[in-house]
Amino acid sequence: MNTMTADFPMSRILRCYLLEARCEFMRLLRTPSFVVPCLSFPAVFYLLFGVILGGTRGNSGMAGYLLATYGVFGIMGVALFGFGVTVAIERERGFLTLKRALPMPPGALLFAKTAMAMVFASMVSLILAVIALTMAGVSLAPWQWLALFAVNVLGVLPFAAIGLLIATLCSGQASPAIINLIYLPMAFLSGLWMPLSILPGWIAGAAPVWPSYHLAQIALHVVGRDAEQGIGLHLIYLLAVTVVCFLLARKRLLSLNQITA
Amino acid sequence: MQSESMAVLAELRNAGKQYGPLVALENLDLSLRAGELTALLGPNGAGKSTAIGMLLGLLKPTSGEVCLLGRSPQDLAARRQIGVMLQSAELPDSNTVGELLELTRSYYAAPLSTRECVDLAGLDGLLGRRYAKLSGGQQRRVQFALAVCGRPRLLFLDEPTTGLDVEARQGLWQAIRELVASGCSILLTTHYLEEAEALADRVVVINHGHCVADGTVAQVRARVAQRRIRCRSSISAEAVALWPEVRHARVDSGNLEIIADSAEPVVRRLLAEDARLHDLEVQRAGLTEAFIELTREAA
Repeated sequence: MNTMTADFPMSRILRCYLLEARCEFMRLLRTPSFVVPCLSFPAVFYLLFGVILGGTRGNSGMAGYLLATYGVFGIMGVALFGFGVTVAIERERGFLTLKRALPMPPGALLFAKTAMAMVFASMVSLILAVIALTMAGVSLAPWQWLALFAVNVLGVLPFAAIGLLIATLCSGQASPAIINLIYLPMAFLSGLWMPLSILPGWIAGAAPVWPSYHLAQIALHVVGRDAEQGIGLHLIYLLAVTVVCFLLARKRLLSLNQITA
Repeated sequence: MQSESMAVLAELRNAGKQYGPLVALENLDLSLRAGELTALLGPNGAGKSTAIGMLLGLLKPTSGEVCLLGRSPQDLAARRQIGVMLQSAELPDSNTVGELLELTRSYYAAPLSTRECVDLAGLDGLLGRRYAKLSGGQQRRVQFALAVCGRPRLLFLDEPTTGLDVEARQGLWQAIRELVASGCSILLTTHYLEEAEALADRVVVINHGHCVADGTVAQVRARVAQRRIRCRSSISAEAVALWPEVRHARVDSGNLEIIADSAEPVVRRLLAEDARLHDLEVQRAGLTEAFIELTREAA
């Protein structure tokens, strides 16, 4: 594809990507049904279960554990809803078709959505870090704070791909319900709300099925509380989920276009 | 003919499209020439959207070829020279008009200024408003502004005036005329015959995936200028169908319905033959009926 031409230099293309991301950011920011739950639920849940009910104050290990898992819980929501709901609605409204007809640089919308999921994920990560520092008494080394932040930001990728796939399979109206049906049980079953060690054995046994378990293990590795199964395996699993869901979603979007356009 | 010498900007050559067993388009030839406004007309399901989808690179033809500005429609360099307004496409509710305009302008090499877009599409005072807060007519105008903001050589307008009131429609027509005068070529689809009559240099009618008429407005209008006469009468449809000037006659829920080349001789004879005839009504045949006529001729 002939993307760059003399009258359309690289700087112009970069500007398209940036403006696309800004539009996406403003869209999300002005959607209270996205912003309020995505930013407040992880904080409220962490406060409630991790700090108040968990009684982890002074138990630095457990507080660190829950900081890692609630971070994963928070960014899952950002990615699943940010992709699943917005793409389903935009697909239904014919906006994606219009975008394909316009001379938008390839992948600009996907880039914008991914970048914005990462921006919101970093907000979630920062909010939880502030709670952890001020109320839960978590003390970590600087590299651990940074590594947790990086895990949270990059961790949106597999869940963005899952959200994208859901968006191609259900209507805009149905997608929030379907995402909740996947999101909340998956979070619970992979030990994000409470450690797997205090849940029934069969739940802990089945946990490695869920992508969120593997991201949580990487985050827990940072705070030294993982099951020590090796980071490589978790990374491979998450990479596979990302690639497979993305390719399935892409195939489905192309075939939908052929039928409805 | 003068049009033969004009450059072809976009073309479907012998294009066909099948969805499984369903044939949406068959062997369609359509060329869009520089400086012309071509109106693509046809009833719902005729294949208009499929034809446009192929020209825009949204759909791949099952057979035949598509060419957009000398390139494949998938090529970004070709699409940077076109503008698009799709009937079925809604913009995101929570973006402001200004954000949407700035983003779409960024896709083009030499876009109009924001001010020019506002003037052309009549968006005064709307730049800071969110798309969802606009009236239906204002939303159409925003879509129009996005379509023209890149100074397109070729503009696709898919039912641009659906849902507009009379005044807004006149305003959009004026903007379209200005664009054509400045050298922009346009492909327009519409359900309104008067819109095609007011704007088009050339009219292409398709039905059931085939082209059934292609010519100047005057040429095509001559074929669709029949009158529709309705009345309650005891004269049988079979008898009326044999009269000169009458194309078709049938009885529809008690009404005698006649399609005729001209109304006066037929009405005169109807009144002479049936003194008790009542509920007489004469109309120019509607566009859709005329298309059905055209397809019947073609079949």
